Amino acid sequence: MSRKRARDRMKQEVNAGSMADIAFLLLIFFLVTTTIDVDKGVLVKLPPWSDEPPPEMKMNSRNVYSVLVNANNELLVRGEPKELRNLRADTKVFIINPRRQENMAEDPRKAIISLKNDRGTSYRTYLEVYNELKAAYSELREEEALRKHGKSFEFLSNEEQGEIRSKIPLVISEAEPTNFGDEG
Amino acid sequence: MGKFTKKRGIANPEVSTASLPDIIFMLLFFFMVVTVLRDAEIKVNNNVPSATELTKLEKKSLVNYLYMGKPLERFQATYGTKPRLQLGDKFADIAEIPLFLEKHRSMVPENQRPGISSSLRVDGAVTMGIVTDVKTQLRKTGQLKINYSAKKRVD
Repeated sequence: MSRKRARDRMKQEVNAGSMADIAFLLLIFFLVTTTIDVDKGVLVKLPPWSDEPPPEMKMNSRNVYSVLVNANNELLVRGEPKELRNLRADTKVFIINPRRQENMAEDPRKAIISLKNDRGTSYRTYLEVYNELKAAYSELREEEALRKHGKSFEFLSNEEQGEIRSKIPLVISEAEPTNFGDEG
Repeated sequence: MGKFTKKRGIANPEVSTASLPDIIFMLLFFFMVVTVLRDAEIKVNNNVPSATELTKLEKKSLVNYLYMGKPLERFQATYGTKPRLQLGDKFADIAEIPLFLEKHRSMVPENQRPGISSSLRVDGAVTMGIVTDVKTQLRKTGQLKINYSAKKRVD
Protein backbone atom coordinates (compact mmCIF):
# COMPACT_ATOMS: atom_id res chain seq x y z
CA MET A 1 0.00 0.00 0.00
CA SER A 2 2.70 2.45 0.98
CA ARG A 3 4.73 1.46 -2.06
CA LYS A 4 1.84 2.29 -4.36
CA ARG A 5 1.41 5.77 -2.90
CA ALA A 6 5.06 6.55 -3.41
CA ARG A 7 4.77 5.60 -7.07
CA ASP A 8 1.73 7.81 -7.51
CA ARG A 9 3.51 10.78 -6.03
CA MET A 10 6.42 10.30 -8.41
CA LYS A 11 4.11 10.32 -11.45
CA GLN A 12 2.68 13.75 -10.60
CA GLU A 13 2.51 15.58 -13.93
CA VAL A 14 0.47 18.38 -15.40
CA ASN A 15 -1.66 17.02 -18.17
CA ALA A 16 -0.23 18.51 -21.33
CA GLY A 17 -2.83 16.99 -23.61
CA SER A 18 -4.90 20.16 -23.79
CA MET A 19 -1.84 22.27 -24.52
CA ALA A 20 -2.13 21.25 -28.15
CA ASP A 21 -5.70 22.52 -28.25
CA ILE A 22 -4.66 25.87 -26.85
CA ALA A 23 -1.88 26.14 -29.41
CA PHE A 24 -4.32 25.17 -32.16
CA LEU A 25 -6.65 27.91 -31.05
CA LEU A 26 -3.87 30.48 -31.27
CA LEU A 27 -2.81 29.12 -34.64
CA ILE A 28 -6.31 29.40 -36.04
CA PHE A 29 -6.64 32.91 -34.67
CA PHE A 30 -3.49 33.96 -36.53
CA LEU A 31 -4.56 32.20 -39.69
CA VAL A 32 -7.80 34.16 -39.70
CA THR A 33 -6.48 37.60 -38.82
CA THR A 34 -3.39 37.73 -41.01
CA THR A 35 -2.62 37.77 -44.71
CA ILE A 36 0.37 36.30 -46.42
CA ASP A 37 0.58 38.75 -49.30
CA VAL A 38 3.92 40.44 -49.70
CA ASP A 39 3.58 44.01 -50.75
CA LYS A 40 5.50 44.79 -53.88
CA GLY A 41 5.10 47.56 -56.34
CA VAL A 42 6.55 50.10 -58.72
CA LEU A 43 8.31 52.76 -56.69
CA VAL A 44 7.72 56.33 -57.84
CA LYS A 45 8.93 59.63 -56.48
CA LEU A 46 6.43 62.40 -57.12
CA PRO A 47 7.58 65.94 -57.80
CA PRO A 48 6.76 68.46 -55.06
CA TRP A 49 3.65 70.52 -55.62
CA SER A 50 3.94 74.18 -56.46
CA ASP A 51 1.10 76.55 -57.12
CA GLU A 52 2.93 78.43 -59.83
CA PRO A 53 3.05 76.83 -63.24
CA PRO A 54 6.44 75.25 -63.89
CA PRO A 55 8.93 77.52 -65.64
CA GLU A 56 9.08 77.23 -69.38
CA MET A 57 12.06 75.04 -70.16
CA LYS A 58 13.82 75.27 -73.44
CA MET A 59 14.81 71.74 -74.29
CA ASN A 60 16.51 70.46 -77.30
CA SER A 61 13.75 68.35 -78.80
CA ARG A 62 16.19 65.59 -79.72
CA ASN A 63 16.61 64.85 -76.02
CA VAL A 64 12.93 64.54 -75.24
CA TYR A 65 11.15 61.25 -75.68
CA SER A 66 7.48 62.06 -75.46
CA VAL A 67 5.07 59.27 -74.72
CA LEU A 68 1.37 59.96 -74.91
CA VAL A 69 -1.33 57.53 -73.89
CA ASN A 70 -4.86 58.38 -74.92
CA ALA A 71 -8.21 57.36 -73.48
CA ASN A 72 -8.34 54.35 -75.79
CA ASN A 73 -5.08 53.13 -74.29
CA GLU A 74 -3.16 53.77 -77.51
CA LEU A 75 0.38 55.03 -77.54
CA LEU A 76 1.79 57.96 -79.44
CA VAL A 77 5.55 58.11 -79.15
CA ARG A 78 7.31 61.15 -80.65
CA GLY A 79 4.32 61.77 -82.86
CA GLU A 80 3.97 58.23 -84.13
CA PRO A 81 1.72 55.41 -82.98
CA LYS A 82 3.58 52.58 -81.33
CA GLU A 83 2.83 49.16 -79.90
CA LEU A 84 3.45 48.68 -76.21
CA ARG A 85 5.65 45.65 -76.82
CA ASN A 86 8.13 47.72 -78.85
CA LEU A 87 8.31 50.51 -76.30
CA ARG A 88 11.06 49.11 -74.11
CA ALA A 89 13.50 48.34 -76.92
CA ASP A 90 12.87 51.66 -78.67
CA THR A 91 13.31 53.61 -75.46
CA LYS A 92 16.64 51.93 -74.88
CA VAL A 93 17.82 52.83 -78.37
CA PHE A 94 16.73 56.42 -77.81
CA ILE A 95 18.62 56.81 -74.54
CA ILE A 96 21.85 55.15 -75.59
CA ASN A 97 21.74 56.28 -79.21
CA PRO A 98 24.30 53.72 -80.39
CA ARG A 99 24.56 55.07 -83.93
CA ARG A 100 24.80 58.72 -82.84
CA GLN A 101 21.70 59.68 -84.75
CA GLU A 102 20.70 63.31 -84.96
CA ASN A 103 17.18 62.81 -83.66
CA MET A 104 18.01 60.87 -80.52
CA ALA A 105 19.50 61.73 -77.14
CA GLU A 106 22.92 63.37 -77.18
CA ASP A 107 23.82 61.61 -73.98
CA PRO A 108 21.93 59.38 -71.53
CA ARG A 109 22.36 62.14 -68.95
CA LYS A 110 20.46 64.58 -71.11
CA ALA A 111 17.66 62.24 -72.12
CA ILE A 112 14.25 62.99 -70.71
CA ILE A 113 11.19 60.80 -70.93
CA SER A 114 8.00 62.80 -70.95
CA LEU A 115 4.91 60.81 -70.11
CA LYS A 116 1.44 62.17 -70.59
CA ASN A 117 -1.83 60.35 -70.24
CA ASP A 118 -5.51 61.10 -70.37
CA ARG A 119 -7.89 61.01 -67.44
CA GLY A 120 -9.68 58.23 -69.30
CA THR A 121 -6.58 56.05 -69.71
CA SER A 122 -6.94 52.79 -67.85
CA TYR A 123 -4.66 52.41 -64.87
CA ARG A 124 -3.46 49.02 -66.12
CA THR A 125 -2.17 50.55 -69.35
CA TYR A 126 -0.60 53.46 -67.51
CA LEU A 127 1.28 51.16 -65.16
CA GLU A 128 2.38 48.94 -68.02
CA VAL A 129 3.78 51.93 -69.89
CA TYR A 130 5.49 53.23 -66.78
CA ASN A 131 6.87 49.78 -66.11
CA GLU A 132 8.26 49.49 -69.65
CA LEU A 133 10.00 52.87 -69.36
CA LYS A 134 11.48 51.95 -66.00
CA ALA A 135 12.48 48.54 -67.33
CA ALA A 136 14.32 50.19 -70.23
CA TYR A 137 16.42 52.12 -67.75
CA SER A 138 17.11 49.19 -65.49
CA GLU A 139 18.12 47.06 -68.46
CA LEU A 140 20.54 49.75 -69.59
CA ARG A 141 22.03 49.95 -66.12
CA GLU A 142 22.34 46.20 -66.02
CA GLU A 143 24.16 46.17 -69.37
CA GLU A 144 26.46 48.94 -68.22
CA ALA A 145 27.24 47.07 -65.01
CA LEU A 146 28.05 43.88 -66.89
CA ARG A 147 30.21 45.71 -69.39
CA LYS A 148 32.15 47.72 -66.84
CA HIS A 149 32.38 45.48 -63.83
CA GLY A 150 31.41 42.09 -65.20
CA LYS A 151 28.81 41.79 -62.47
CA SER A 152 25.08 42.20 -62.24
CA PHE A 153 23.90 45.63 -61.10
CA GLU A 154 22.42 44.34 -57.87
CA PHE A 155 25.72 42.80 -56.78
CA LEU A 156 27.71 46.00 -57.20
CA SER A 157 28.81 48.11 -54.26
CA ASN A 158 26.88 51.25 -53.40
CA GLU A 159 29.46 53.54 -54.97
CA GLU A 160 29.55 51.56 -58.21
CA GLN A 161 25.76 51.56 -58.34
CA GLY A 162 25.69 55.30 -57.72
CA GLU A 163 28.21 55.85 -60.47
CA ILE A 164 26.09 53.96 -62.99
CA ARG A 165 22.96 55.69 -61.73
CA SER A 166 24.46 59.11 -62.35
CA LYS A 167 25.66 57.97 -65.76
CA ILE A 168 22.18 56.77 -66.74
CA PRO A 169 19.82 58.80 -64.57
CA LEU A 170 16.17 57.86 -64.60
CA VAL A 171 14.20 60.91 -65.63
CA ILE A 172 10.53 60.36 -66.25
CA SER A 173 8.60 63.57 -66.26
CA GLU A 174 4.86 63.35 -66.02
CA ALA A 175 2.75 66.10 -67.50
CA GLU A 176 -0.68 67.10 -66.28
CA PRO A 177 -3.09 64.66 -67.95
CA THR A 178 -5.46 65.69 -70.68
CA ASN A 179 -9.16 65.36 -70.21
CA PHE A 180 -10.77 64.05 -73.37
CA GLY A 181 -11.82 60.53 -72.60
CA ASP A 182 -14.65 59.16 -70.50
CA GLU A 183 -13.94 58.40 -66.93
CA GLY A 184 -15.65 55.42 -65.50
CA MET B 1 8.45 -9.78 -10.35
CA GLY B 2 9.77 -9.79 -13.85
CA LYS B 3 6.56 -11.24 -15.11
CA PHE B 4 4.58 -8.51 -13.34
CA THR B 5 6.40 -5.57 -14.94
CA LYS B 6 6.20 -7.07 -18.39
CA LYS B 7 2.44 -7.29 -18.17
CA ARG B 8 2.14 -3.62 -17.28
CA GLY B 9 4.25 -2.70 -20.30
CA ILE B 10 1.79 -4.35 -22.66
CA ALA B 11 -1.21 -2.74 -21.03
CA ASN B 12 0.01 0.87 -21.66
CA PRO B 13 0.98 1.21 -25.30
CA GLU B 14 0.10 4.94 -25.43
CA VAL B 15 1.71 7.34 -27.88
CA SER B 16 3.06 10.32 -26.03
CA THR B 17 1.25 13.51 -26.98
CA ALA B 18 3.59 15.69 -24.97
CA SER B 19 5.42 16.94 -28.07
CA LEU B 20 2.23 17.76 -29.97
CA PRO B 21 1.99 21.28 -28.49
CA ASP B 22 5.56 21.92 -29.58
CA ILE B 23 4.72 20.97 -33.14
CA ILE B 24 1.68 23.21 -33.15
CA PHE B 25 3.67 26.05 -31.62
CA MET B 26 6.21 25.68 -34.38
CA LEU B 27 3.42 26.02 -36.95
CA LEU B 28 2.07 29.00 -35.05
CA PHE B 29 5.41 30.78 -35.03
CA PHE B 30 5.88 30.05 -38.71
CA PHE B 31 2.57 31.71 -39.51
CA MET B 32 3.26 34.63 -37.18
CA VAL B 33 6.51 35.32 -38.97
CA VAL B 34 5.41 35.01 -42.60
CA THR B 35 2.09 36.80 -42.34
CA VAL B 36 1.04 40.33 -41.54
CA LEU B 37 -1.99 41.44 -39.62
CA ARG B 38 -4.88 42.28 -41.84
CA ASP B 39 -5.27 46.03 -41.54
CA ALA B 40 -8.60 46.68 -43.15
CA GLU B 41 -11.50 45.04 -44.83
CA ILE B 42 -11.28 45.94 -48.47
CA LYS B 43 -14.52 47.30 -49.81
CA VAL B 44 -13.49 47.98 -53.40
CA ASN B 45 -12.55 45.70 -56.26
CA ASN B 46 -8.83 45.45 -55.92
CA ASN B 47 -7.19 43.46 -58.65
CA VAL B 48 -3.82 45.15 -59.02
CA PRO B 49 -2.04 44.96 -62.40
CA SER B 50 1.17 43.05 -62.90
CA ALA B 51 4.58 44.54 -63.57
CA THR B 52 8.22 43.55 -63.68
CA GLU B 53 10.10 46.45 -62.08
CA LEU B 54 9.05 45.78 -58.53
CA THR B 55 10.44 47.04 -55.27
CA LYS B 56 9.55 45.35 -52.03
CA LEU B 57 8.11 47.54 -49.31
CA GLU B 58 10.48 47.08 -46.43
CA LYS B 59 8.96 48.25 -43.18
CA LYS B 60 5.24 47.67 -42.89
CA SER B 61 4.83 50.21 -40.10
CA LEU B 62 6.03 52.98 -42.43
CA VAL B 63 3.49 52.26 -45.13
CA ASN B 64 -0.02 53.58 -45.46
CA TYR B 65 -2.44 52.09 -47.92
CA LEU B 66 -4.79 53.86 -50.28
CA TYR B 67 -7.22 51.58 -52.06
CA MET B 68 -8.97 52.59 -55.24
CA GLY B 69 -11.47 50.72 -57.30
CA LYS B 70 -15.11 50.09 -58.01
CA PRO B 71 -17.08 49.43 -54.80
CA LEU B 72 -17.88 45.77 -54.24
CA GLU B 73 -21.32 44.64 -55.33
CA ARG B 74 -22.88 44.78 -51.88
CA PHE B 75 -21.79 48.41 -51.46
CA GLN B 76 -22.88 49.53 -54.90
CA ALA B 77 -26.42 50.37 -53.78
CA THR B 78 -25.05 52.98 -51.38
CA TYR B 79 -21.84 54.09 -53.03
CA GLY B 80 -22.53 53.65 -56.75
CA THR B 81 -20.36 52.00 -59.33
CA LYS B 82 -17.86 54.81 -59.94
CA PRO B 83 -14.33 54.12 -58.72
CA ARG B 84 -13.93 55.20 -55.14
CA LEU B 85 -11.10 55.78 -52.73
CA GLN B 86 -10.90 53.75 -49.55
CA LEU B 87 -8.83 54.93 -46.61
CA GLY B 88 -8.49 52.60 -43.67
CA ASP B 89 -11.67 50.58 -43.65
CA LYS B 90 -14.11 53.12 -45.02
CA PHE B 91 -14.86 54.97 -48.23
CA ALA B 92 -13.38 58.43 -48.21
CA ASP B 93 -13.20 61.63 -50.13
CA ILE B 94 -9.96 62.82 -51.71
CA ALA B 95 -10.02 65.81 -49.36
CA GLU B 96 -9.68 63.44 -46.40
CA ILE B 97 -6.24 62.24 -47.49
CA PRO B 98 -4.18 64.84 -45.54
CA LEU B 99 -5.90 63.92 -42.26
CA PHE B 100 -5.43 60.22 -42.96
CA LEU B 101 -1.73 60.70 -43.65
CA GLU B 102 -1.31 62.86 -40.56
CA LYS B 103 -2.95 60.21 -38.39
CA HIS B 104 -0.52 57.62 -39.68
CA ARG B 105 2.44 60.01 -39.32
CA SER B 106 1.69 60.67 -35.68
CA MET B 107 2.05 56.98 -34.92
CA VAL B 108 5.51 56.75 -36.48
CA PRO B 109 8.56 57.74 -34.42
CA GLU B 110 9.91 61.08 -35.50
CA ASN B 111 13.27 59.84 -36.77
CA GLN B 112 11.57 57.40 -39.11
CA ARG B 113 9.09 59.81 -40.64
CA PRO B 114 11.09 60.61 -43.78
CA GLY B 115 10.80 56.94 -44.71
CA ILE B 116 7.02 56.89 -44.82
CA SER B 117 5.65 55.78 -48.15
CA SER B 118 2.18 55.41 -49.52
CA SER B 119 1.12 52.25 -51.23
CA LEU B 120 -1.47 52.87 -53.93
CA ARG B 121 -3.48 49.73 -54.41
CA VAL B 122 -5.41 50.53 -57.52
CA ASP B 123 -7.63 48.18 -59.46
CA GLY B 124 -6.39 47.70 -63.01
CA ALA B 125 -9.72 48.65 -64.54
CA VAL B 126 -9.83 52.10 -62.92
CA THR B 127 -9.25 55.08 -65.18
CA MET B 128 -6.49 57.54 -64.45
CA GLY B 129 -8.81 60.37 -63.40
CA ILE B 130 -9.15 59.40 -59.76
CA VAL B 131 -5.52 58.24 -59.60
CA THR B 132 -4.37 61.64 -60.85
CA ASP B 133 -6.53 63.44 -58.29
CA VAL B 134 -5.11 61.32 -55.50
CA LYS B 135 -1.58 61.88 -56.76
CA THR B 136 -2.15 65.64 -56.87
CA GLN B 137 -3.49 65.59 -53.33
CA LEU B 138 -0.50 63.54 -52.16
CA ARG B 139 1.86 66.03 -53.77
CA LYS B 140 0.06 68.92 -52.09
CA THR B 141 0.32 67.11 -48.75
CA GLY B 142 4.02 66.50 -49.26
CA GLN B 143 3.82 62.72 -49.38
CA LEU B 144 6.06 62.15 -52.37
CA LYS B 145 7.23 58.58 -51.90
CA ILE B 146 4.60 56.35 -53.42
CA ASN B 147 4.45 52.81 -54.57
CA TYR B 148 2.05 51.50 -57.18
CA SER B 149 1.18 48.11 -55.81
CA ALA B 150 1.57 45.39 -58.43
CA LYS B 151 1.92 41.68 -58.83
CA LYS B 152 5.02 40.02 -60.17
CA ARG B 153 4.93 39.22 -63.86
CA VAL B 154 7.31 36.77 -65.39
CA ASP B 155 8.32 37.50 -68.97
